[in-house]
Amino acid sequence: MALAKRIIPCLDVENGRVVKGVNFVDIRDAGDPVEIAMRYNEQGADELCFLDITASHEGRDTTVHTVEQIAEHVFIPLTVGGGIRSVDDIRTMLNAGADKVSINTAAIHNPELVRESAQRFGSQCIIVAIDAKRVDDVEGQPRWEMFTHGGRNPTGIDAVAWAARMAELGAGEILLTSMDRDGTKNGFELGVTRAITDAVDIPVIASGGVGALDHFVDGVIRGGADAVLAASIFHFGEYTVPQVKAYMAEHGIEMRQ
Amino acid sequence: MTGIVAVIDYGMGNLHSVASALQHVGASEVVVTHDADVIRQADRVVFPGVGGIRDCISEIRRLKCDELLTQALTQQQVPVLAICVGLQALMSRSEENGGVDCLDTIPGEVRYFGNPLTDAEGARLKVPHMGWNEVHQTMAHPLWAGIPDRTRFYFVHSYYAHAWDRSLLAGSVQYGVSADAALARDNLFAVQFHPEKSAAAGLRLLKNFLEWNGQC
Repeated sequence: MALAKRIIPCLDVENGRVVKGVNFVDIRDAGDPVEIAMRYNEQGADELCFLDITASHEGRDTTVHTVEQIAEHVFIPLTVGGGIRSVDDIRTMLNAGADKVSINTAAIHNPELVRESAQRFGSQCIIVAIDAKRVDDVEGQPRWEMFTHGGRNPTGIDAVAWAARMAELGAGEILLTSMDRDGTKNGFELGVTRAITDAVDIPVIASGGVGALDHFVDGVIRGGADAVLAASIFHFGEYTVPQVKAYMAEHGIEMRQ
Repeated sequence: MTGIVAVIDYGMGNLHSVASALQHVGASEVVVTHDADVIRQADRVVFPGVGGIRDCISEIRRLKCDELLTQALTQQQVPVLAICVGLQALMSRSEENGGVDCLDTIPGEVRYFGNPLTDAEGARLKVPHMGWNEVHQTMAHPLWAGIPDRTRFYFVHSYYAHAWDRSLLAGSVQYGVSADAALARDNLFAVQFHPEKSAAAGLRLLKNFLEWNGQC
């Protein structure tokens, strides 16, 4: 009897539509975020994550409306990330019905945003997203650095030290994405996952690279992650949430069935 | 008819999820408010809460929500459901924010989970306690109707309640310590977890609340 590890499907949303599509057998509209959110809820997803990749300001208003609609129909925790830059952005998403927001680049430019928003809204709703890439030191020892802009721009900041600092500033959770693995289906980068889960007392969500059932198990058992986030493996129907949960439970991991 | 459900709003965050969930399970009229007249006429009252306890208590007192709550419990005698920080606010005091006196509706205290926190085998546990955990039902109660013992509910909190009178305990949760997950007394039911975020089990509890006559 213990706290269950969480499975979090993640959807990319642009101008109020889910992009890249979702391949459920009997879905009417593969782009409708509300229908997709309801479907994952029925499958037993423990939380949902929406990543807003909308570029335009007008499009972001649409996203707010989308979040409102989802919150009216789906009664599991909802995280919204992408383009969160200010306390006002956070307030807007929380008022729309998001339970948590994920802050990425803005935390690098302005770490105080994490402290200020955690104080104002509570640590429980402030997730700091870390995009880490392996940059071994001169002796070949593994090291991971923070990158921005989808892994293109190095920041020079050590990812493990950064996670610890974000926890000190009041982040309630870390969403860790390995930029070396994202989209590869080769599994999580377990080195950085373990280094960060060991370095902080707050929960860590592992992301980036899931392509097989064993990867979920490894993320939790070897990486030490408290939750696992995945996108395409669910969207294209390779595995359903119940299949993943059953497999993890078979490997001795506490799950909500 | 579920009558008017008043969700007490003291300005500490979004309460639409609670209102939406109540409507989803059949509440005919849900009003999110701190208007005394509305709350006095409500048939049921929900007392939610998010954020730091010091700010919560100070806003509850400033808006006189504490008096309205006492009135709902003792004079109106309508069913009252407290959620998360709503439950914590009902206790005598909390360790959060350097120590805060709370409403003392349920004698007891709110404690920090501790750091480091470990389970029975010595493994480290993260704080906040975030996610789906099993609630052990320690009392038969109309709000547990149709919900099997040890069903998982969604929790997110770093502090937990401990009521002095253990006969009030309706549900407990294990996370390094045994924390009070639900407390019940007369027409009051208080939960540490978020029924509005706990999928089918949470919705069932809210439906039970709408059907509850306020008696144990």
